[in-house]
Amino acid sequence: MTALLSVTGLRKSYGSVEVLKGIDFEVKAGEKIALIGPSGSGKSTCLRCMNFLEKPSAGDIRLDGERVGVRPGGRGDSERIMSDRQLAPQRAQMGMVFQLFHLWPHLSVLENVAIAARKVRRLSAVEARDLAMEMLAKVHMSHRASASPLELSGGQQQRVAIARALSQKPKLMLFDEPTSALDPELVHEVLKVIEELAAEGRTMLLVTHEIAFARDVADRVMFLDGGVIVEEGLARDVITTPREPRTQAFLKQIRH
Amino acid sequence: MNSLDPFLIILQGLLRGAGITAVVTFSALALGLALGFALSLFRQFSPSKLLHGLIDVYVEFFRNIPALSHLFILYFGLASLGFRLSSMGAAILGLGLIGAAVTCDIFRSGFKSLSPGQTEAALATGFTPLQTIFTILTPQAMRIALPSLGNFAVQLLKDTSVVSAIAAPEIMFYARSMVTSSFQTTLIYATAAGLYLVMSLPLMQAVRMLEIRYGRVK
Ligand SMILES: Nc1ncnc2c1ncn2[C@@H]1O[C@H](COP(=O)(O)OP(=O)(O)OP(=O)(O)O)[C@@H](O)[C@H]1O
Ligand SMILES: [Mg+2]
Repeated sequence: MTALLSVTGLRKSYGSVEVLKGIDFEVKAGEKIALIGPSGSGKSTCLRCMNFLEKPSAGDIRLDGERVGVRPGGRGDSERIMSDRQLAPQRAQMGMVFQLFHLWPHLSVLENVAIAARKVRRLSAVEARDLAMEMLAKVHMSHRASASPLELSGGQQQRVAIARALSQKPKLMLFDEPTSALDPELVHEVLKVIEELAAEGRTMLLVTHEIAFARDVADRVMFLDGGVIVEEGLARDVITTPREPRTQAFLKQIRH
Repeated sequence: MNSLDPFLIILQGLLRGAGITAVVTFSALALGLALGFALSLFRQFSPSKLLHGLIDVYVEFFRNIPALSHLFILYFGLASLGFRLSSMGAAILGLGLIGAAVTCDIFRSGFKSLSPGQTEAALATGFTPLQTIFTILTPQAMRIALPSLGNFAVQLLKDTSVVSAIAAPEIMFYARSMVTSSFQTTLIYATAAGLYLVMSLPLMQAVRMLEIRYGRVK
């Protein structure tokens, strides 16, 4: 079985600083992968390279076999990075959830979730609305459909942001520390929604500091440090019995 | 003889100019908003450094040279080259071009105050850059710009008084011509001032209503 997402030789530099130093991994359809690692290790950068919000310096990213963000050059064989316009259909296939939600405050909760269906997938107003209501139900936010995002708690905003990403009918969900901007008492409601999505068999790549959650919900865990994947394996193995000293040190430190 | 008479005569005289003042204000406002918005989009979102430079030069040119110089160039300068604009045409064009420089900055600071996350969320959702600009960024930038645009509109109404210098027959044009023939200087200019105030009130009210209608986004 071929992977849904395959990443080969991914590198990213900011100026002379190389943040990602050659990352390779695969995500099979239905797999949930947690990406953990110390602050500044490049987790967000790696995740954002998947949909080219950051442009990789080198490497090959394929979604369902299709090369993401790069198209063959016109003459010769030089490759060209796609423009944002060209990237739009590929990005639409990946739902992204940000640490700070980034809901659109001039739109209602319902509109936040319906607008991509309208503008990107070109559904009718009625279809988009029905889809949005369905997605809001999944994240238990139907009752606030007509509210403004500004009236919601952080946990509620993040759940709406998840519904917004789901409305894309994405092949893959990308989460960048979805709970780390939340007050502790709001973390649970968001993790519960993500767990429900995992149980539906969705394919997910999740950056998180919630180690227990990664252990229980992810199939595999990758530990990123210094721009490389230091350790990678079954979630329970990596988190309960890490092999690498750097993983051991990180997990020990994060538990205190 | 009724003591109100001179006032009424003055008011009647000045009102002949009020229509022109209103036409120049609204036409220059429309031109300034449309052109300024377009410039702000190119300045903010076009990748072309050359275009950025040209727009910056445009904005500096129109903001830092007195309105009167622009009006003289458009009215007398162009006429000497064979392009004869009416005094109304020159007034609207001049104030509109200056206004575009002002509103370009206002719209831009609206766009600049939005967090990059707004754009990223839109792109990640599969929006094209144009969809992102028009459905996500512009509505939010407009709300932020609204109070400054309101101030600009009121300022523009007052600034129309300079176009009397190129003989556009607006309020101050009649005020000056009446002063030379009647010597009731204070009363005439005070009445003109009152007229500007009366005209700016509905404008300010309209802006206030727009602000309430569209709310303020933090
Ligand atoms: N736009 C940028 N320009 C320059 N350096 C950057 C940029 N974005 C990230 N970096 C640097 O790249 C490194 C990795 O950043 P990244 O945000 O991917 O880390 P992270 O693992 O997600 O950390 P955290 O857990 O704090 O979110 C950091 O050292 C950061 O300073
Ligand atoms: Mg991060």
